[in-house]
Amino acid sequence: MVRALKRQLLILSVCSLNIACASIEPWVQPYERENLADPIMSVNRNPVASAYTHHAFGAREGSRGADGGAGGGCGCN
Amino acid sequence: MVATKLKHLCFGLLCLLVGLSSLDAAVLPQERADAMYHSYQGGGMSIDGPSILLRKQIGNSFSLSANYYVDTISGASIDVLATASPYAEERTEHSVGLDYVRNKTLMNVSYTSSSENDFAAKNLSFGLSQDFFGDLTTLSLGYSRGNDDVGKRGDDSFLEQAERQNYRLGLTQVITKNMIMGLSFENIADEGYLNNPYRAVRFLDASSEKGYRYETEVYPNTRTSNATALSANYYLPYRASIYAEAKLFSDTWGIDATTYKVGYIHTFSDEWIVEVRSRFYSQDKADFYQDLYQRSEEFNFRARDKEMSTFSNVSLGVSVTYEFRFSATNWLKKSTVNLDFDHVQFDYDDFRNVLADAPVGDEPLYEFSANITRLYLSLFY
Repeated sequence: MVRALKRQLLILSVCSLNIACASIEPWVQPYERENLADPIMSVNRNPVASAYTHHAFGAREGSRGADGGAGGGCGCN
Repeated sequence: MVATKLKHLCFGLLCLLVGLSSLDAAVLPQERADAMYHSYQGGGMSIDGPSILLRKQIGNSFSLSANYYVDTISGASIDVLATASPYAEERTEHSVGLDYVRNKTLMNVSYTSSSENDFAAKNLSFGLSQDFFGDLTTLSLGYSRGNDDVGKRGDDSFLEQAERQNYRLGLTQVITKNMIMGLSFENIADEGYLNNPYRAVRFLDASSEKGYRYETEVYPNTRTSNATALSANYYLPYRASIYAEAKLFSDTWGIDATTYKVGYIHTFSDEWIVEVRSRFYSQDKADFYQDLYQRSEEFNFRARDKEMSTFSNVSLGVSVTYEFRFSATNWLKKSTVNLDFDHVQFDYDDFRNVLADAPVGDEPLYEFSANITRLYLSLFY
């Protein structure tokens, strides 16, 4: 009973979030994204070099993970 | 526990992504070919080799990529010089990947295999990213699974295995027409043989000539780590940009680390891009790390691998890119020649230079510097 209620609440939450998201207007229009689409704004401008750089540091450090971003946001991911 | 929660979170986000899909299109990665020569020189090591990356679109929905990478290793680090002889070996890595775009969703799968004469690794990775809120937000999820076969030179009977699972979550947000921010999180869980079979710990032994002897390291056979990175890129009023990133890391071995990066990218006319950057890294040692143990097998877990110690490094780097076209009618949209160079200084707080002539335990702390160079040609078509 409790589990079913939780599931319904989850579905309701997801639906509410969808509706809320749908009502948010983009505050940067596609025609305003010229600067964001410039390669100098890319988080991974040269994948072959950045992969090597992560490897070079990663092999000599104890930390790992969360290297590189998702990209995107300007229709250029 | 964290991994389980992350799995549930990923599933919830996946449901959300499906609900948010609309009919506008995301974009496949740019078609390009890169040929790179890379070099690492420092700490007694010389590592260099080629890396070739090809990416080609198939139809309107698929993009295929392939990478061939070689490390040719010679010389020896201080760890090797203390306990063994210098050596030479080669590591070869092959990767293939496929990206698929459907509406605002980009999916990818990739497979990587790496082999050396004493080590083999395989890794399968899945990724999913979704643009929404008018393409101002990109949410990405990823999962990888890898297996290592660990051997040991000179001991054909030595064969150990390890498994690894990675869970990734990323969010990129357009803040203004000149600023974009990213948040990424990655959980990695390892299980199996996680030692380096060539590394050893040293312990006091008055009967030996040096006053100490070496014995095999013993690591826990599980490790779980979490890393979170926050980054920002800002476009300046002229054609230039600045960026910064902060990353926090912690794991179940007791290692806590922070990484900070800042950079400035400047353009000269349409042909030249120059980047200067700096990176600051520091970490606390693993709970079971010690430079010198009081006796043999003093603790159940023992490490003297300098990557497990307390240390910091600072790097300064510069990149120069020259962009050109072979001709106006050529099928290549553009080409670039790139040179990246970083100088790194490592300073260790509790890893001593045993090659120095000094009383046991009073040797100077180890430090070294390294130069990392990448020279590559990129063709965009």
